[in-house]
Amino acid sequence: MKNYKHLAVAALSFSLLFGFTACKPKNAGSAVSSDAAAKVYVAPGKYDEFYNFVSGGFSGQMSTYGLPSGRLLRVIPVFSVDPEKGWGYSEETKPMLNTSHGFVPWDDLHHVQVSKTNGEYDGRWAFGNANNTPRVARIDLTTFRTAEIIELPNSGGNHSSPFITENTEYVVAGTRFSVPPDDANGDVPINTYKQNFKGTISFISVAKENGAMDIAFQLQCPGVNFDLSRAGKGVSHGWFFFSMYNTEQANTLLEVNASQKDKDFIMAVNWKKAEEYIKAGKGRKQSVKYAHNVYSDITHSATSTIKTEVTVLDVKDFKDLCYFFPCPKSPHGCDVSPTGEYIVGSGKLAALIPVFSFDKLQKAIAAKDYIGEFDGVPILKYESVLYGEVKKPGLGPLHTEFDNKGFAYTSMFVSSEIVKWNIKDLKVVDRVPTYYSVGHLTVAGGDTKTPNGKYLVAYNKITKDRYLPTGPELSQSAQLYDISGEKMQLILDFPTIGEPHYAQIVPADLIKKNSVKFFKMEENKNPYFSNGEAATKVVRTGNRIDVYMTAIRSHLTPDNIEGIKMGDEVYFHVTNLEQDWDVPHGFAIKGAATAELLIMPGETQTLKWNPDKVGIFPMYCTDFCSALHQEMTGYIRVSPAGSNTPLLFSTGKNYAVSDTAKKK
Amino acid sequence: MKKIAILLFMGACIAACGGNAEKSSGTSESSSSESGKTENGNPSYDPERGEGKFTEVAVGEKLDPIMAAAGEKVYGVKCVSCHKLTGEKLVGPGWLGVTDRHTAAWIMNFATNTDAMLNKDPKAQAQLEICLVRMPNQNIADEDARALYEFMRRNDGIK
Repeated sequence: MKNYKHLAVAALSFSLLFGFTACKPKNAGSAVSSDAAAKVYVAPGKYDEFYNFVSGGFSGQMSTYGLPSGRLLRVIPVFSVDPEKGWGYSEETKPMLNTSHGFVPWDDLHHVQVSKTNGEYDGRWAFGNANNTPRVARIDLTTFRTAEIIELPNSGGNHSSPFITENTEYVVAGTRFSVPPDDANGDVPINTYKQNFKGTISFISVAKENGAMDIAFQLQCPGVNFDLSRAGKGVSHGWFFFSMYNTEQANTLLEVNASQKDKDFIMAVNWKKAEEYIKAGKGRKQSVKYAHNVYSDITHSATSTIKTEVTVLDVKDFKDLCYFFPCPKSPHGCDVSPTGEYIVGSGKLAALIPVFSFDKLQKAIAAKDYIGEFDGVPILKYESVLYGEVKKPGLGPLHTEFDNKGFAYTSMFVSSEIVKWNIKDLKVVDRVPTYYSVGHLTVAGGDTKTPNGKYLVAYNKITKDRYLPTGPELSQSAQLYDISGEKMQLILDFPTIGEPHYAQIVPADLIKKNSVKFFKMEENKNPYFSNGEAATKVVRTGNRIDVYMTAIRSHLTPDNIEGIKMGDEVYFHVTNLEQDWDVPHGFAIKGAATAELLIMPGETQTLKWNPDKVGIFPMYCTDFCSALHQEMTGYIRVSPAGSNTPLLFSTGKNYAVSDTAKKK
Repeated sequence: MKKIAILLFMGACIAACGGNAEKSSGTSESSSSESGKTENGNPSYDPERGEGKFTEVAVGEKLDPIMAAAGEKVYGVKCVSCHKLTGEKLVGPGWLGVTDRHTAAWIMNFATNTDAMLNKDPKAQAQLEICLVRMPNQNIADEDARALYEFMRRNDGIK
């Protein structure tokens, strides 16, 4: 009976919670119906129906939530160090954050894409973009770990990324801050933007079998701010669409100076054509410098390689490669409908939503229906490409996703709402408020050929009074809507990490069955792997000490180490000997100027330590592992430089006093 | 209307919970699926055999030294951390005499179906009360479990 009581309390507190919101302005109460709690309730021990991969924004990471519960399942470290997981601190993971600028411990991850086959999620990888130091990351969805990071030369502010083609042939990256190309003299006055600055789009190929990324080619485009992008699909497969602002080519006070023109552009790229030109050797080899970092689950370590060349096509030299078409008011989103027939532009400052037709685009190109050129790229006539406009949708459209019933959903930042409209007749059929100021939105499968019309999540920029106050900063709020009926229905608020931008909602069945539970010791090829306790040892090579250590419930081997001296550089290579799911061990040393290690079963990870004073240093397991976890500890003795303390290591053995200190 | 909705919602949850009580105690998937097997095929629990796939294990009168040597290798990687070859307890019990205390099937079931055994088997549970550390599931392959048993026999003086 007790259980039922708890349920009743839970249900009541849910309804109370939503009841309270009724006092808020904007009719929040009426937006939450009484069955909302039941719709998002996932009972203890039960699984959510969807994974929600959410960008961590300025945290640099990617988070994973369950939907409809909104429960946080995991934060995957990507572009920022994560001391909790040793990411960027262990010797094995440090190379993942290497760039042409050296080790960069932070970035800003904006958009998430899950890999696709035939225009549908295949659940193999998730991609994320680094907006600050331009990079693209690939996350392996069997381990939920970043497997690869590639840096992008000739770029600044990788924003229109990492959008992918319908078979994950390419991940694109477009530069938001045009800059002089890397091989040009960049030491130029900033106000020579028009002459010297270029916008670069990178096409990164993804190997079918293992996901390996490579910059296949880059397109050198006029200096503008590329904002967002989407691949064509279905009928428009083979094309890519990039929105841009600042066609004024301003280099200061963009707030005003990049909003002068009534219309900027969307750029249509015929990437199949680009492939042909590259194959025919038309690309220019450019000397650049960029890092390519790969993590191996066999060596349990990353390698970073600096690459030195990319192939570039200057779009003004190829008249059938790129076309601009006008789009009102600094377009942000340019989203492609499930059939690939329509491209929805969203002008941040507009009060209408233009919908373009791929068919009309093709006809306009064939008829050379140009109104001029922009830096050598033809501009098509707005009316010739336009399918129609959604009139009076609200203010400040940003992004559009789609359902399986012929409707589109557009986020409206300025008027803080989601607007549902019919793709064919462009009539608005429903609108719901968001709390507050929605940025991105995502529909389950909303960017695929076959959307699942069940849920929509709004990622809001402003939180204000949605949660208990936590000082000046509040976590960003996401809001879950049930969109299965005619009317959109708000059913849940949940807090997120960092600042979420784009996200993906993927059926759990696609991913959960492939999840790795532990790494097989038989396959461990880390050069410092200890294959069982008998293989543990401590090796001195000059002032470098390698400790080959093992961890298993509940002791470290060796757990007594003597003979370390001041000036030594000590590497603890810890192998977790467990072969069962969910039994990581942690490892930390007093005073170490680094983070803990968190070692998965069957894995080897290395902590580097420079002893800073003479004495005894405790070490211990940081991840509660068994009833004797508190016993999973050890000591390291550090002696003065030049002392003759012998190198000793053991577990379960107390050496006789051989203590050189005693002789004094 | 609200009340009815909540009641309905509670009802749905209660119904969903009904059939699940049995399974919820297990910590791993294998434990629940394995116990299902036994309930179907072998209704009365045999504490000499334990819970798992091994029933009758063919054991030769004489030691198979090659198999024992293979078992020693597995021991060195997956077992030595916690089990001594003497009778002395480390994290788990020492192995001396283990082949006299348990049948081959019991030992091999424990090695390969650890969580289910710890959840169900009286002798395994009695040992857990002494050691207080659940034996980890080390994902030991069937043939490795058999080889380990042969190594235990060698350790117990079988020639």
